[in-house]
Amino acid sequence: MYEHDVIVVGAGGAGLRAAIAAHEAGADVAMVTKLHPVRSHTGAAEGGINAALQEGDDWELHAYDTMKGSDYLGDAPAVETLAQDAPEETINLEHWGMPFSREEDGRVSQRPFGGLSYPRTTYAGAETGHHLLHTMYEQVVKRGIQVYDEWYVMNMATTDEPDPNDRECHGVVAYDVQSGKIEGFKANQGVVLATGGPGQAFDHTTNAVSCTGDGHAMAYRAGAPLEDMEFIQFHPTSLPSTGVLISEGVRGEGGILYNSEGERFMFEHGYANNSGELASRDVVARAELTEVDEGRGVEDEYVHLDMRHLGEDRIMDRLENILHLAEDFEGVDGLVEPMPVKPGQHYAMGGIEVDENGQTCVDGLYAAGECACVSVHGGNRLGGNALPELIVFGKRAGRHAAGDDLGEPKIRTGYGDDVEDETETELPVAPGEAGLDTTGGVAADGGVTADPEGILERTVETARERVDRLMDKEDGVQHAEIRAKLQQAMTDYVNVFRTEEGVKKALEIIRECRQEYQDVYVDDPSRTFNTDLQQTIETRNLIDVAESIALGALVRDEFRGAHWRKEHQERKDEEWLKHTLISWDDGEPSIFYRPVILEGQNKTYEPKERSY
Amino acid sequence: MSTQQAEPESQEAPEDPEMKGAESPAAEQQKGGGMVDEQAEKEAELEGETVHIKVFRYDPEVEGKQEPRFDDFHVPFTKGMTVLDSVMYARDEYDSSLTFRHSCRQAVCGSDAFFVNGKQRLGCKTQISDLEQPVRIEPLPHQEVVKDLVVDMDHFYDQMHAVEPYFQDEDTPETDALEEQRQSPENREKIKMSSRCIWCGACMSSCNIAAGDNEYLGPAAINKAYKFAMDDREGEEIKEHRLRILEQEHGVWRCQTQFSCTEVCPKDIPLTEHIQELKREAVKKNLKFW
Repeated sequence: MYEHDVIVVGAGGAGLRAAIAAHEAGADVAMVTKLHPVRSHTGAAEGGINAALQEGDDWELHAYDTMKGSDYLGDAPAVETLAQDAPEETINLEHWGMPFSREEDGRVSQRPFGGLSYPRTTYAGAETGHHLLHTMYEQVVKRGIQVYDEWYVMNMATTDEPDPNDRECHGVVAYDVQSGKIEGFKANQGVVLATGGPGQAFDHTTNAVSCTGDGHAMAYRAGAPLEDMEFIQFHPTSLPSTGVLISEGVRGEGGILYNSEGERFMFEHGYANNSGELASRDVVARAELTEVDEGRGVEDEYVHLDMRHLGEDRIMDRLENILHLAEDFEGVDGLVEPMPVKPGQHYAMGGIEVDENGQTCVDGLYAAGECACVSVHGGNRLGGNALPELIVFGKRAGRHAAGDDLGEPKIRTGYGDDVEDETETELPVAPGEAGLDTTGGVAADGGVTADPEGILERTVETARERVDRLMDKEDGVQHAEIRAKLQQAMTDYVNVFRTEEGVKKALEIIRECRQEYQDVYVDDPSRTFNTDLQQTIETRNLIDVAESIALGALVRDEFRGAHWRKEHQERKDEEWLKHTLISWDDGEPSIFYRPVILEGQNKTYEPKERSY
Repeated sequence: MSTQQAEPESQEAPEDPEMKGAESPAAEQQKGGGMVDEQAEKEAELEGETVHIKVFRYDPEVEGKQEPRFDDFHVPFTKGMTVLDSVMYARDEYDSSLTFRHSCRQAVCGSDAFFVNGKQRLGCKTQISDLEQPVRIEPLPHQEVVKDLVVDMDHFYDQMHAVEPYFQDEDTPETDALEEQRQSPENREKIKMSSRCIWCGACMSSCNIAAGDNEYLGPAAINKAYKFAMDDREGEEIKEHRLRILEQEHGVWRCQTQFSCTEVCPKDIPLTEHIQELKREAVKKNLKFW
């Protein structure tokens, strides 16, 4: 067994920032990651970091843009914290040596991004995430923070009181990918989940293969609700064949979208008469698919993104990486022809419900970054707002877990007297655990006991038994089959355009996946670097996360931000200024709602029509 | 479970009228310069075919895999298929024990450097249509094999950590100072290529010197040090400190300018040039009359 004050799970941007902050607050901190830190998917972020740095810009403008972008589903205390802390955190990265792009006077450059009223996106070429990730890992090395790399965290060691608000998290159980050894990691003060996005729940995604929603699923099963999971961002410009991301920076620098008829459709078909290509991402993604649906797509599949008019010098200076991506992954030379693009799953606005200090309703359990929902992005995330979230809230979670006093949070978490139960929606199939025995079947998971003393040892035992069962089983279904079916269902039915019938169909297929998972087995008999085993466990996590996305998409019968419903094409502020929360409830999920907080420090954000 | 696949290598390409017909104007427009045309041609040839890959297999604890061997897979070709796509397909469809690291699929996480047809390459950015068949896919040479295509990266990480791979500042500004350090666009450009390293280890694996001298820092670590040494924000004193680390016995002087690292770098970093530039800096520092 290993023991530390603070355990950070995941070593992307949020995890690294949390670890550094916890270390600076005096805690003995360790990072546990299924990859090596520099492999984390933060490294694929291209565009930039929004921060009100310049004179003439103001954190209040950033907060306003973010709230508008969220379609008034962001919580003001979180949104304002993000906007206020982003400048200091961005400059801090510069002081750590991050190679930002520069102006002639030597200051860091900023460029326009979608949905922003001021050019406040700080960047480092079109590879901002790569530099942010490496810069922070360098700081972890400098501080000698312990990293357990290629250790896959399987489960939280959480007590099992009936009410999740009474539970405590005492650590995690992980296995060493290289040797197969399963061990407990005791956290004396707290566990920070920073496990990234759940993009692999979808078939066409910009996300890495490792983005399997592990943290989401583990926290969910430990009792922390998942919030606003129906809000999935589909990035308007991913390459059609691979899902590789083409940065919004291309449009920020002046790139233009054309349909097959050569029309600049964002303007010519009236999708965004003011902002055109730089409208919010959900607006552009829907516009592209509408063009394709109405027969104006190229090869009935995609549209063209043209940056040739920017000229080679500017492209080489600011968007060089885009040329490499288009050439290597789509065989297209962006200097001589337009690039094919279509919407691809990109980001989850929702996640593990936390307050401004990163804390869930389970004592000692924190989450930060994409796996968390504070919520700053609400119904739709603005480009350039993910990276500042990592550093601002990663830092807060790390500090709080290490015992720093950050003040009383304004955001509440867990089931409480301020929530409202879901009572109306009829589900086509029961969600949740498929097996009769949640601890005995192959799919066993979840908390084990209410005894805090032996909790970690008991959880380790359960994990070992679970792995033995998966490995000992001689035949059955393999994870790849289940995963492919799940991903296809999500991309077919819970995509940009959603219908009640489609989402119900998805829930039925997810149910089938759960049932098939009861019969899953691991064919590779080796304990050494068994990716078959790891992916089998990940697939279980994907099923839980996909189900929560589909459930959210079904109950929210309105159109807000990235969530569009065919039968309900208007935003319903009377009814829906509230977050969707899904609680695992020991295998029988329940849904409830918590009102959004629109009251900021100096003003209340009144919902307005969101036009660009 | 057998790793040999049913589809024979010699199978004729099935008739595909769409492929043989004239190309649509949209497809025509899709293509651009000569390079892209060539690739499209090769892809057209492979359409409907399977690709033959020979993959290195080894597992220290599984009977039959303790002696290294090659397994043959025949993977249906799809447009744009990369080496990584081919092994993922083989794993998901034929043999779930086939093991390799991969994550982002877009050449930024640096997980999937393999030895492909005798050269270190990133699996995800190598088009399979560019390669001669059968495509031989092996783990990176000069590193201990853990299993199949997975090598032990610990030595590589140790070398990276040995060059103090973090920004150092003479007067370390406190984090609450809301003012950035200035850096000229030219100086930023100077360190740009060096900052692109994704720690894939291809360079280290290709280097003869590193193969013979386990303590040699290697091209990636020296390049990491270059990034900081050339950054004006660090200042002269720290630069000197960095050069002292680099001119030690197993540092820059070991490089014999064979350019193998530069040749295999998937991010096109001029590693050999960076190493030579650091040698020159070290000479300048030591020869006071320079």
